[in-house]
Amino acid sequence: MAKQYETVIGLEVHVELATKTKIFCGCSTAFGGAPNTHTCPVCTGMPGSLPVLNKKVVELAMAVGLATNCKIHQFCKFDRKNYFYPDNPQNYQISQLYLPICYEGGIEIETPAGKKIVGIHEIHMEEDAGKLIHDEWEDCSLVDYNRSGVPLIEIVSEPDMRSAEEVIAYLDKLRLIIQYLGASDCKLQEGSMRADVNLSVREAGAKEYGTRTEMKNLNSFKAIARAVEGERARQIELLEEGKKVIQETRRWDDNKESSYPMRSKEDAQDYRYFPDPDLVPVIISDEWLEEIRARQPELRTEKLLRYKKEFDIPDYDAGILTGSKRMADIFEETTALCGRPKKVSNWLMGETLRLLKEEGMEPEELSFSPENLAKLIRLTEDGTINQTVAKEVFEKIFREDIDPQAYVEEHGLKTVSDEDELRRVVEDVIAANPQSVSDYRGGKKKALGFLVGQTMKAMKGKADPGVVSRILTKLL
Amino acid sequence: MANIISDETMEYVGILAKLELSDEQKEQAKKDMARMLDYIDMLNELDTSGVEPMSHVFPVNNVFREDEVANGDEREKILKNAPAKKEGSFMVPKTVE
Repeated sequence: MAKQYETVIGLEVHVELATKTKIFCGCSTAFGGAPNTHTCPVCTGMPGSLPVLNKKVVELAMAVGLATNCKIHQFCKFDRKNYFYPDNPQNYQISQLYLPICYEGGIEIETPAGKKIVGIHEIHMEEDAGKLIHDEWEDCSLVDYNRSGVPLIEIVSEPDMRSAEEVIAYLDKLRLIIQYLGASDCKLQEGSMRADVNLSVREAGAKEYGTRTEMKNLNSFKAIARAVEGERARQIELLEEGKKVIQETRRWDDNKESSYPMRSKEDAQDYRYFPDPDLVPVIISDEWLEEIRARQPELRTEKLLRYKKEFDIPDYDAGILTGSKRMADIFEETTALCGRPKKVSNWLMGETLRLLKEEGMEPEELSFSPENLAKLIRLTEDGTINQTVAKEVFEKIFREDIDPQAYVEEHGLKTVSDEDELRRVVEDVIAANPQSVSDYRGGKKKALGFLVGQTMKAMKGKADPGVVSRILTKLL
Repeated sequence: MANIISDETMEYVGILAKLELSDEQKEQAKKDMARMLDYIDMLNELDTSGVEPMSHVFPVNNVFREDEVANGDEREKILKNAPAKKEGSFMVPKTVE
């Protein structure tokens, strides 16, 4: 019988914190500025410049730590991690090795086999590096330090995951917690959330861990899942052939669905960490910690229960609505404006999800305003427009965030309730469709549906089908 | 000198620091490093049980900035420090991981 293997996975997740400024200087963290327009002597590592810690970074790191059940090092400090690379202008990265701000936490994930805790070894604060662009024509690289000094937290899990599904469940949960806290937008594509996968395999039942590799360059959940599967298969194949797994960092190429080594063991990193003498220790008082704890917003589990209780939203729907911070925000703000939670939920669960799927978008990318959805709901409630027209208008709101009231006015989409006008149209339809009329009179009730449809078409959808049906029945 | 720095250690430290030293400089550096280690050994003779480890030489903590943008676009000034520049960026020898 073939040997059975177990996959052991731990993750290092980097998250860019949602601060206005960098961790050690007053430069903007805005994404997408022209190269080096958000730089100063501190974040370009000029000699003699002095870093000063952004208080918000400490508070956001604490908030994430508390929400992931971590303990907090109330005395913590920064260390220098030394390495040479042009994206790192100081030749050291300011990070935390000895006393990371958060430690010994964990979050619960759902797995096919039930609930499971994934341990969090530690969370530390550090600065991001700049970006290298490799010139295509000249033998040089161009460095943009706009990202240099952007605050990061690195969340280091315990090697508690055993499959790609568990990895995704953990990342999903972690992302949601951080988004709910407002600590980061966690966009994998833009790099505000990055995950490195540490993976090893061992024979089922073995006590010792196998040799692990670290996989980088994973910028979507799908890529992470594929990389886990790919690396597991690669390591098992090596072991089956009687070869050894080499401890190394590998880069995942999602197009080729394979990885290649970046650094081998020969130039194993020796970072020569030491305490940063430019930064003084951070002491977190009990009062400060309590203040952050008291300020923690409602997280998903609490929100889900509240939606069920307060708004009578079914379990499944509440799960989808709270599955994205953006979705939950739109739901609550729209409900506050129009007071119709069920209707709001229906628009989000129905048309919104349909359009998101059609566009291949994530709920976090939703950009329409609660005001416009609330107006649309009012327009349908008071009978100004019917459901068909509402769907058409909603699509406009979804894509361009138009004001539905103005749009309906402008395009003359109001439902026609003038019965005389409707009767004239119905008479035309009857005259134009003698076959259907005689079918109906001959007992084929289905023909009525066709005639209602023709009338709606002639009205360009701006009629109440119930009223049309009633008039038709009367005239026939 | 109680401590002796081996050639291998010297080589390794040189690689880490990206320094190319002549044989003569290597010998001198080995002596310097050995003396530093001797000095640390001397410090280790002190009984420090009951003394809290020091994290910083100044008795200061919690020096913070508020999260407010204070710097504008000073790219031209910053790039004056660049040994070479191109398209608003620092230009360096091609570096690919």
